[in-house]
Amino acid sequence: MITIKNLHANIEDKAILKGLNLEVKAGEVHAIMGPNGAGKSTLASILAGKEDYEITEGSVSFDGEDLLEMETEDRAREGLFLAFQYPVEIPGVSNINFLRTAINEKREHLGEDPISAKDFMALVREKSKLVELDAKLASRSVNEGFSGGEKKRNEIFQMAMLEPKLAILDETDSGLDIDALRIVANGVNTLKSDNNATIVITHYQRLLDYIVPDFVHVLYDGRIVKSGPKELALELEEKGYDWIKEELVEA
Amino acid sequence: MATYTEDDLAKDLEGKEYEFGFTTDIESDKAPKGLNEDIIRFISAKKEEPEWMLEFRLDAYRTWLEMTEPEWAHVRYDKPDFQDITYYAAPKQSKKYESWDDVDPEMKETMSKLGISMEEQKRLTGVAVDFVMDSVSVATSFKAKLKELGIIFCSFSEAVQEYPELVQKYMGTVVPKQDNFYAALNSAVFTDGSFCYIPKGVRCPMELSTYFRINESGTGQFERTLVVADKGSYVSYLEGCTAPQRDENQLHAAVVELIALDDAEIKYSTVQNWFPGDKEGKGGVFNFVTKRGMCHTNSKISWTQVETGSAVTWKYPSCVLKGDNSIGEFYSVAVTNNFQQADTGTKMIHIGKNTKSTIISKGISAGQSQNSYRGLVQIHKNAENARNFSQCDSLLMTDRCGAHTFPYIECKNSTAKIEHEATTSKIGEDQIFYCLQRGIDEEKAISLIVNGYAKEVLNQLPMEFAVEAQKLLTISLEGSVG
Repeated sequence: MITIKNLHANIEDKAILKGLNLEVKAGEVHAIMGPNGAGKSTLASILAGKEDYEITEGSVSFDGEDLLEMETEDRAREGLFLAFQYPVEIPGVSNINFLRTAINEKREHLGEDPISAKDFMALVREKSKLVELDAKLASRSVNEGFSGGEKKRNEIFQMAMLEPKLAILDETDSGLDIDALRIVANGVNTLKSDNNATIVITHYQRLLDYIVPDFVHVLYDGRIVKSGPKELALELEEKGYDWIKEELVEA
Repeated sequence: MATYTEDDLAKDLEGKEYEFGFTTDIESDKAPKGLNEDIIRFISAKKEEPEWMLEFRLDAYRTWLEMTEPEWAHVRYDKPDFQDITYYAAPKQSKKYESWDDVDPEMKETMSKLGISMEEQKRLTGVAVDFVMDSVSVATSFKAKLKELGIIFCSFSEAVQEYPELVQKYMGTVVPKQDNFYAALNSAVFTDGSFCYIPKGVRCPMELSTYFRINESGTGQFERTLVVADKGSYVSYLEGCTAPQRDENQLHAAVVELIALDDAEIKYSTVQNWFPGDKEGKGGVFNFVTKRGMCHTNSKISWTQVETGSAVTWKYPSCVLKGDNSIGEFYSVAVTNNFQQADTGTKMIHIGKNTKSTIISKGISAGQSQNSYRGLVQIHKNAENARNFSQCDSLLMTDRCGAHTFPYIECKNSTAKIEHEATTSKIGEDQIFYCLQRGIDEEKAISLIVNGYAKEVLNQLPMEFAVEAQKLLTISLEGSVG
């Protein structure tokens, strides 16, 4: 699905990623954990195509294509989805209108006809149930006046509507109470299939009780320094990150 | 995706030459350049006007000579040379058309370039269109149907000939000929425009629509519109404009007067898309317009405008809330790009008791343009329980443009309740990135964001106009984030 090799990236001459390697295959869920400032959100932004970063070295292949050469909107249309840590508000633009535009852009890119109003509404009904999103929220302006939890649920709702190949969840658990966390995780788990993959970026092990990863990676100082099975997350929760730093020093 | 630089922006804008920049070649019957009493007599004679009309013009001209051009607006421009303007030009058409089939094919082509398919519009939307090309109305449709209801919708010249008593009774009552420099000039030299009268208790069943178009190089446009809604009547009136590309500045100084008698309602909508000048700020239309409505008891006047064109705009559609319980509304979206300058807003004059007014103004500035809102809310001493709500929002697309707000409030009655809200925001790169990440390209993203921002105003427009207005906003702002 996605292969990241020796990725180096700077922001304003400051190195953030320093040789990151990661491979995610279809059907897998990967969790990326790490202390503050390790470069977790930077990785998500770079993969999505945010322009603030300069890639100095390395390559990213997405479904056989050179991801770094693709325009931001084409990455999305090809099936890369980022659930934002801080979803923005777009006043006056209804969620419905926004999503219909997004879906039709994607369909046009793939050479398909626009979705009919009837099919679209049926899809909205089906997918909004998945994240227990009030039908009223679907017709309100994008994220405007939404609570923190509603915004995160709306991200997963959009993900459900767009059916991405690769979903990157950037700290989707931050600011969620336990019920919202369960709803969001349930949405993600339901959407999981052999044909898609998920990268879950998180600070805490808590989310991983609900979205069980196949692999856990520790991102520290711009690189993946340790990878392991899901139990690694529990170990990190218990012992923090210091022991990994110590290991690195010893090595 | 590479970083979008100022050079890219410049390149993009270069490619966006004015979409409707074409000229229709119809031989015109022009007056010599310049302005004096003889020219005014020439115009009046050409239009076979009655004596009282000529007197009105001459009186206005003599007043105008004493006046000086106003300079208080937040705009800068080279003042027009009034002796270098042709004040009368009419297409050489001996008679008006019986039906659309008889219309000059060249004119039809002009209309289709404007994106107006007359037949489609008539059939699908029931819009009656009075198409004004170079000061003379070439055709008026749906007249017969309107006539059944006693509704008069015709060119101003025709009204002077056919309904002189109505014209004499109402013309100049809302915008007196000495009102301001440009209104006086218009009163002296106006060549045509539209007239509309809705009889007592009649609800006009269709949107009345007029398309204005500046066509002859160097021709000033001095249109005059008079809409009278008699007691208990209702009308929705639309005006849309677009103009061909010109090198020299063109002056437009229109006067619009609306009169809503007791219990009447007038809804007046405009989409204005005159040539704004090129990317270096060269050329473009000067739009110095006086628009005002008079509200009698229990009546309502609602102005909705979408302004995307003109190099310089100076325009304040206003309401005089003279009658008790009358209502005035102003909904505006004003877009400026490149070197455009707009100073626009409204005046709500509360005279009657329990009068209410609402002002929603949405300014969008791009390029190096300057966009100002100027509004006056005036509560007279007898206006018990007057209410006003004003909201003035500004959206900035670049770091080089300007947005300014000049609200004036004069209140002489302590029972009044006046609210004013204002916001200024810059279009967010994070908003655009969010859209891009969902597969929506930058152009569509800007269109979504801007139309969302202007939604409260666009919602006020009749459906077919709203669609046109949305397209205009998008065209006007393509590639303009920076």
